[in-house]
Amino acid sequence: MNFFCFGLNHRTAAIEARERFAGHPQSPALLRDLGCSEVLLLTTCNRVEIYGVADANIANEEIAQSLRMDDGSSSKDDLEAFYRKENAECARHLFRVAAGLDSMVVGETEILGQAKRAYAGARASGNAGPVLHRLCQRAFRAAKQVRSKTQITRGPVSVGSVAVDLAEEIFGDLRGRKVLVLGAGETSAKTLRALASRGVSDLRVSNRTPTRAEELASELEGIPVPFATWLEQCREIDILISSTAAEMHLLTPPLLVPILRDRADRPLFIIDIAVPRDVAPEVNEFDGVYLYDIDSLQEIASESRELRRQQLAAAEAIVDEHVADFQKHLGLSKSRMRPTKECPARASGELRTSEL
Amino acid sequence: MDRQLLIFATICYLAAVIRTIISFRARIFRRNRFVFLMIALGFVLQTAFLYVRGHALRSCPITNLFEVLVFLAWSIALIYLLIGPAYRLSLMGAFTAPLVFLLQVTALFAPIDTPRASPIAPNPWLEFHASISIIAYGAFALACVAGAMYLVQERQLKTHQLHSIFYHLPPLPNLFSAMTRLLWFGFILYSAGLISGFFVNEPLPWTKIALAIAIWILYGAILQGRYLGWMAPRRIATLCVVAFAVALSLLWSIEFVGHHA
Repeated sequence: MNFFCFGLNHRTAAIEARERFAGHPQSPALLRDLGCSEVLLLTTCNRVEIYGVADANIANEEIAQSLRMDDGSSSKDDLEAFYRKENAECARHLFRVAAGLDSMVVGETEILGQAKRAYAGARASGNAGPVLHRLCQRAFRAAKQVRSKTQITRGPVSVGSVAVDLAEEIFGDLRGRKVLVLGAGETSAKTLRALASRGVSDLRVSNRTPTRAEELASELEGIPVPFATWLEQCREIDILISSTAAEMHLLTPPLLVPILRDRADRPLFIIDIAVPRDVAPEVNEFDGVYLYDIDSLQEIASESRELRRQQLAAAEAIVDEHVADFQKHLGLSKSRMRPTKECPARASGELRTSEL
Repeated sequence: MDRQLLIFATICYLAAVIRTIISFRARIFRRNRFVFLMIALGFVLQTAFLYVRGHALRSCPITNLFEVLVFLAWSIALIYLLIGPAYRLSLMGAFTAPLVFLLQVTALFAPIDTPRASPIAPNPWLEFHASISIIAYGAFALACVAGAMYLVQERQLKTHQLHSIFYHLPPLPNLFSAMTRLLWFGFILYSAGLISGFFVNEPLPWTKIALAIAIWILYGAILQGRYLGWMAPRRIATLCVVAFAVALSLLWSIEFVGHHA
């Protein structure tokens, strides 16, 4: 019994290749026809991977073809983007993937849910048997342990996620909170989307050019607000995202003082992502006002990325333990680990065996 | 026998403190089951101590400053065990354990376990007055803990220096809500204790009455300030910490005055 992983990801292949070999509902059946006793297809926006169990070797070209979305044939360049890992290396790879160690954003947790869904799908369709069951269950355990024993998932790593985390600490539940976006730029739109994903439903957009405000408001089911009234809006809103191209501060302490009087003790979270800044830094001195500019947000994101990087060694050690234990459990001693025949591409050194 | 129980209880709280320090040094700030269990075990041992001591005294064991401190530490642990999990205030145990430990150590090592010169005649009103007032102090202590947590979190948000603890402390509104409820809980109990004091039917030194009323006014003013919107949440949190320090000093004075009256 041998099991293997065959696939490509964001490091080995461009998005066009990942689209071409995205896999389809018939892929597992095609692989079963090729001799796999068990098959699991894991597809995310960053990776397409087949986990299979087979006694005989199945050529890379054939597996790649089963993943192909069209009827074309795979070129040598196409095959170069794939990696193939077998037995213990396959287990290590899946454990790393499930734990988010192989993700574009190290430590992200969405991949675990995607892996669980892929496994549940394979079980439901009868494509996953005892080997993949053990492999996946162990991968989920390893991922859980990595999450609980290290700080690999800790902290936000993008400007949008930093803003969301800060907002949740300031307001608790974000449902029912009111957000005003001043200046409909790309970063402010992303931040607004991140907040909307956590339940913020009252979204207001104000821009010097009303059509742009209307476009963004329409996209996010918000309401456009005339630019002349944005300051008045500050009496009602909880979060202000500012990103105009103004050359001077739009919000200064003298402008904010009368507004704060009307807000009682409701906090005001200001995200100023404009350069030059739209909000005077002195505004942060007021009780209940939390002002973050783009540098502060990026610094927090960068610290989180660094923290995650520092946790990698500990996370890898946990994965190693699980791989060793899994091998022991399956009786995959070196003598019993029978590698499948070298695939042609691998034999000629053309196939990437590692993503790193 | 009773002191041994107290020593074991203190060891439990010490274990909780050490575990907290180890976790903080390792930059792990999540809620810790061990800390919760140690506080719970310490509470059980404290309860046993109070039972044994109360049985020997044939009254509520708050006849001297030593017993008052132990009763206060017991009250804090009790309220933490009741409200900590209910409000999902992760890390509150980490902040509570050192406070309870300090009270226990003070009680054990300070020469304050001196029996009264003259035994007190049983007086249910006096026992109710004293015990309910100390439980109120326990609530004020927990409000102080929530206030300290609020200040730590607020400071990080203001200065943009987010340490790992930031992601494990509850959001500001949750802390503020817990703080307010604890203040109300403590204030109601303290008011009941104060009113019951008038039914004690024993001569009480005027200084003791004046200090007790001063604490009542202090907490009443904080609550008034909160509901009339006079003070920002950060000021309320600061006052919770300051007021408890003042109240603890006054409690000491009250007991000192009472003991020497």
